[in-house]
Amino acid sequence: MEKNQQQQKICYVNTGPGQKPGVSKFFKKDFLFKFILFFSGFLVFLLVLSIFVSLILNSVPSLKEFGLKFFVSKTWDPVFEQFGALPFITGTLLTSFLAILITIPFSLAISIYLAEFTKQGFYPGFLKNSIDLLAGVPSVVYGFFGIFVIVPIIRYLQIKLHIEPYGVGIFTASIILSIMIIPFSSSLGREIIEMVPAEIKEAAYSLGSTRFEVIKYVILPYARSGITAGILLALGRAIGETMAVTMVIGNSNMMPKSIFSPSNTMASVIANEFTEAVTSIHLSSLIEIGVVLFLVTTMISITGKIIIKKFAVHQ
Amino acid sequence: MENIRKRILKDRLFTLIVIVLSFTACIPLLAILGFIIKNGISSINLDFFIHLPKPVGEHGGGISNAIIGTFIVVGIAFVIATPLSLLAGIYLAENKKNFFSDVLRVGIDILASIPSIVIGIVAYLWVVKPMKSFSALSGGIALAIIMLPVVIKSTEETLSMVPDSLREASLALGVPYFRTILKVIVPAGLSGIITGILIAISRIAGETAPLLFTAFGNPFMNLNVTKPVNTIPLVVFNYSTSPYEQWHKIAWAAALVLIAIVFVFNFLARIISKKWKTKF
Repeated sequence: MEKNQQQQKICYVNTGPGQKPGVSKFFKKDFLFKFILFFSGFLVFLLVLSIFVSLILNSVPSLKEFGLKFFVSKTWDPVFEQFGALPFITGTLLTSFLAILITIPFSLAISIYLAEFTKQGFYPGFLKNSIDLLAGVPSVVYGFFGIFVIVPIIRYLQIKLHIEPYGVGIFTASIILSIMIIPFSSSLGREIIEMVPAEIKEAAYSLGSTRFEVIKYVILPYARSGITAGILLALGRAIGETMAVTMVIGNSNMMPKSIFSPSNTMASVIANEFTEAVTSIHLSSLIEIGVVLFLVTTMISITGKIIIKKFAVHQ
Repeated sequence: MENIRKRILKDRLFTLIVIVLSFTACIPLLAILGFIIKNGISSINLDFFIHLPKPVGEHGGGISNAIIGTFIVVGIAFVIATPLSLLAGIYLAENKKNFFSDVLRVGIDILASIPSIVIGIVAYLWVVKPMKSFSALSGGIALAIIMLPVVIKSTEETLSMVPDSLREASLALGVPYFRTILKVIVPAGLSGIITGILIAISRIAGETAPLLFTAFGNPFMNLNVTKPVNTIPLVVFNYSTSPYEQWHKIAWAAALVLIAIVFVFNFLARIISKKWKTKF
């Protein structure tokens, strides 16, 4: 009864002369509401587009000045205004691929353990929570941990191995990076492995396979494309990671001589030099590096997403 | 066919390797937490929270300006990003299959994959350059851009899980569309939406890279959003890369405070998603 009265109240308040009570008003509000929703979506889309456009526009001076030479020149010299990004591109590729190589055995083991071994109980819960917390640790804290704990260890090892004991460098950065991307690649890998249909696993078990054989001959071949995509997405993360790398890589603008030498990645050179860039060509060169980072990470993430989508549709 | 014993042995060995490798991955976390708590706890006292940093050579000093600054910058990001991302998330959940929402989804994936340092460049170009000054506002805008895709995605995912029968029941009763969304669909997915916002906050509270050339850092207390401001992650970065022993101590303590803040938000998010979760 009460509800009825309320509704009537709404209707009559909104009634215009000669109209059905309230209905057209609701239509107008609905239309407005739908428009606001669409407009917010459009705004977000516009934001992505304008990020891209303003980055490109601001890197034009450097694009004009250096052209393609920017990517093959080894000299990065703010004093003589010569800018070539090859040392940073090399540094980025070395650190992130090394990090991926280190992380693969661990992430794969975690994904297999959580998806195929025990799913309930203390140990899987502990592992899952630790990985979640690992994902939550801010990157500056990783860098901090790197400076005060990993760098001394690496320096000690380098002295033992009779290498120049920098401590900081590409190898140190890769170790920190590999820890940082474990949560990312392992959770993706786990989701993919869980998508493998139970029938084919059961078929293999019923033929007398051990768990190792099921994983090796059934699960991994079946999930190969998805796991590759997970690794690809982790690579995208590693390439864009800034703070932790900046703090332990040694910040040298030379071409790296070995995996132990100090270097700079594309992200870390931006972090180091952006506020100190006096000339506009220096600034625009740094922004051009930002554009490269943007394009590379975007392409990697889109490719990874497409592979995973295809894999998921297959099920 | 191989010998059965050999096969079982291989299986055992494999199991052992998997377990050892998985749990080795927990060591870094324990090490990080252990070192930071051990070295940070000694510098934490009331002074640390209510005093300004002191110059090199003087003992004591705190990070009160950075704590306030973190709240200012995160607050700005929250105010900008939340309404926009909720509306965009509702749009995506309501329009599952149309051309624009597919395009928008790709756009959001791209936004989520942009390295945070590049977002910093963008905020520098858009806010710092025209205003000719580093500012808390520019830092907040950079963090808002990082927050957007996280909240949009979680909102979309939660709302698309709300069953259609709820919506149909509401519409069948003659409730207008906008009221159905705001009073039926959104409340049904509220816990998921709040979880998403908390996760996003815990992520941006620890961001440093986009703040290097937006919020910039400031040794003094500042409440003016158009002036540079200090944040806890910036303190950790600047003090740990300095050569002074005294500052390193403050950096350890600041790292402990930062981790505590991030984990508290994470923990809250988990509790809410567990306790309030409406099951359909």
